[in-house]
Amino acid sequence: MSLQLPFRLIPRAQPSQRMLVVAPLLAVVLTLLVGLGIFAALGQNPLTAFRVFFIDPVSDIQGWSELLLKASPLCLIALGLAIGFRANIWNIGAEGQMYLGGIFATGLAIHFHETGGAWLLPAMIIAAAVGGALWAAITAALRAHLRTNEILVSLMLTYVADLLVKYLVYGPWQDPQSNNFPFTIQFGDDALFPLLASWSWLGFDTLLEGTRVNLSILMTLVAVPLAWLFMDRSFIGFQLSVAGLAPPAARYAGFSEKRLVWVALLLSGAAAGLAGVSEVAGPIGQLNDRWTPGYGFTAIIVASLGRLHVVGIVFAALLMALLYLGGEAAQIALQLPKAISQVFQGLLLMFLLGCDVLVNYRVERRRAALPVVQPVAAA
Amino acid sequence: MIESLNPLLASAVAAAIPLILAALGELVAERSGVLNLGLEGMMLIGALAAFVAVAHGGGLVGAVLAAMLAGALIALVFGFVTLTLQANQVAAGLSLTILGTGITAFLGRQYVGFRAPASFVELPIPYLSEIPLLGPSLFSMNLLGYATLVLLAATAWVLYRTRAGLALRCIGESPTVARSLGLPVIPVRYAAVAFGGAMAGLAGCYYAVAQFKMWQEGLTSGNGWIALALVVFATWRPLRVGLGALLFGGVSALGLYLQAINVHVSVFALSSLPYLATIVVLVFISSDQNAIRRNAPASLGKAFHADS
Repeated sequence: MSLQLPFRLIPRAQPSQRMLVVAPLLAVVLTLLVGLGIFAALGQNPLTAFRVFFIDPVSDIQGWSELLLKASPLCLIALGLAIGFRANIWNIGAEGQMYLGGIFATGLAIHFHETGGAWLLPAMIIAAAVGGALWAAITAALRAHLRTNEILVSLMLTYVADLLVKYLVYGPWQDPQSNNFPFTIQFGDDALFPLLASWSWLGFDTLLEGTRVNLSILMTLVAVPLAWLFMDRSFIGFQLSVAGLAPPAARYAGFSEKRLVWVALLLSGAAAGLAGVSEVAGPIGQLNDRWTPGYGFTAIIVASLGRLHVVGIVFAALLMALLYLGGEAAQIALQLPKAISQVFQGLLLMFLLGCDVLVNYRVERRRAALPVVQPVAAA
Repeated sequence: MIESLNPLLASAVAAAIPLILAALGELVAERSGVLNLGLEGMMLIGALAAFVAVAHGGGLVGAVLAAMLAGALIALVFGFVTLTLQANQVAAGLSLTILGTGITAFLGRQYVGFRAPASFVELPIPYLSEIPLLGPSLFSMNLLGYATLVLLAATAWVLYRTRAGLALRCIGESPTVARSLGLPVIPVRYAAVAFGGAMAGLAGCYYAVAQFKMWQEGLTSGNGWIALALVVFATWRPLRVGLGALLFGGVSALGLYLQAINVHVSVFALSSLPYLATIVVLVFISSDQNAIRRNAPASLGKAFHADS
């Protein structure tokens, strides 16, 4: 048996800057092609399906509003994750940290339901960031001080956080009028992000009429430049990059690994927590047992697809949000299971990882005549 | 008094079996130097493949074959991306889990809510099954359970007592040295990854047609990740995987047992026990970094470029 491929990979002296941009685009194209194939295999007209999936959802202002609503939390979480990923600190539990953000915010919203005021929403935002950061702090402490694998710990904590949400909405926080359904009361107005459409002085009120996009996107708009400053212009951001690219160099330079672990996890936890409050105090307006479509996991793809760079992440978040919307539209218009967006997400990431070979390697056709000395595989 | 422990032990063993299967496969892959974080995704794919096979009249043999084949195939995709295209193994493993979760949620929707028309039933071994405590747990398993014990022993034997096992371990320690000895690094790693996928598929099969006897989105509920932790806990030794799995299985079983006898603790708290136990165990094992360094395959997770 021979495993000779028709091509060989020649390492590049330096990563190709061009391929850094080309590879994600190539991955998107490959995903699209496979997607069209899937649609055809399901007996759908691929072009109709393509239109339903990728064009129709953003063909009106309503659609753009939904796109922003989904892209905003994805972008927020992915920015946080990218900080850690750059240093090879793999926080995979953003989903759980987001739950904790939702829980902390909901706690305030319920407790001050009758008595709230204008301070309530800002307090919820802070509580959510603290909640997410605290949950991530467990992982940070174990990784930094006991060298426990952060991937597994953060993931296990996500399952625990999910059970914690369920405990709350089936138990102490359940809406007494819910007939035993697992959700809390609807938040009061003080505990909700105002809709952009309600801010008539912005001049958008007629344009945005009937849309659900709310002020929570401001958090993302603020986070984007801050994340850029932190990652690309601060000393600690530089330390994180060095620790990821050349761990021995980081050690030699005396960068504290513990500190980097703490910084990366606390920041990504807080960002995930903020995404949590933007959901519970946004389109959902309550806490229930299945309020997130897996933003915490999808954000991993967003961060990778965006090349762990701020600008890339913004575009990747929009694309991934479009995949969510497309999945919902395909469910309604084509009766396809919504999970098709998850299939696309997985394919996209897998293709991206595959295409990344072009960044560090040159692909060369193998000439058949050339005898290649290669040990024969054991059968 | 002792009899009252029987159901607890039996369900501990039942929970341990799929963990052993998945962890053994992962252990072999990791011993060859490949870290595949896609266990959860491969298990889900195996579970759905097995369920689809029995649902369409393929029987139990069909279920086992379908699960192992599906697991191995998706693992080979991971193999291609990491071994041939040199992708980061952590990221590729995660994307395998995301892909597996998505594919099974998508394709499996039409199978939700049906009971498996065939399933593995307990086959108590005559006489042995009457031994107190051990009998009702270890000697009253289903066929997959017994097969797991055989696979456990066989894996340990192959790894430590055969040339092939030695070659695999050598490749995991140092692919450069292995290559200079003429060992086929990349093909062996492909084989190890495929084996890992087949075993994960089999673990999924256990959930779908032995334990739950149905298909549901996310059926494996994080057990793939627990199996990953188990490999670290076992310090990459097959027989310790067996012991560790019993421990984890015991914790899950304890949660169910306490629920059954109506202890006044929230079911959600009890359900979180296996996850919390995993964290505790990981903390415990990582407190001895030397043990990990001594036992972990030296090239674990690092790409190897054959032409360089």
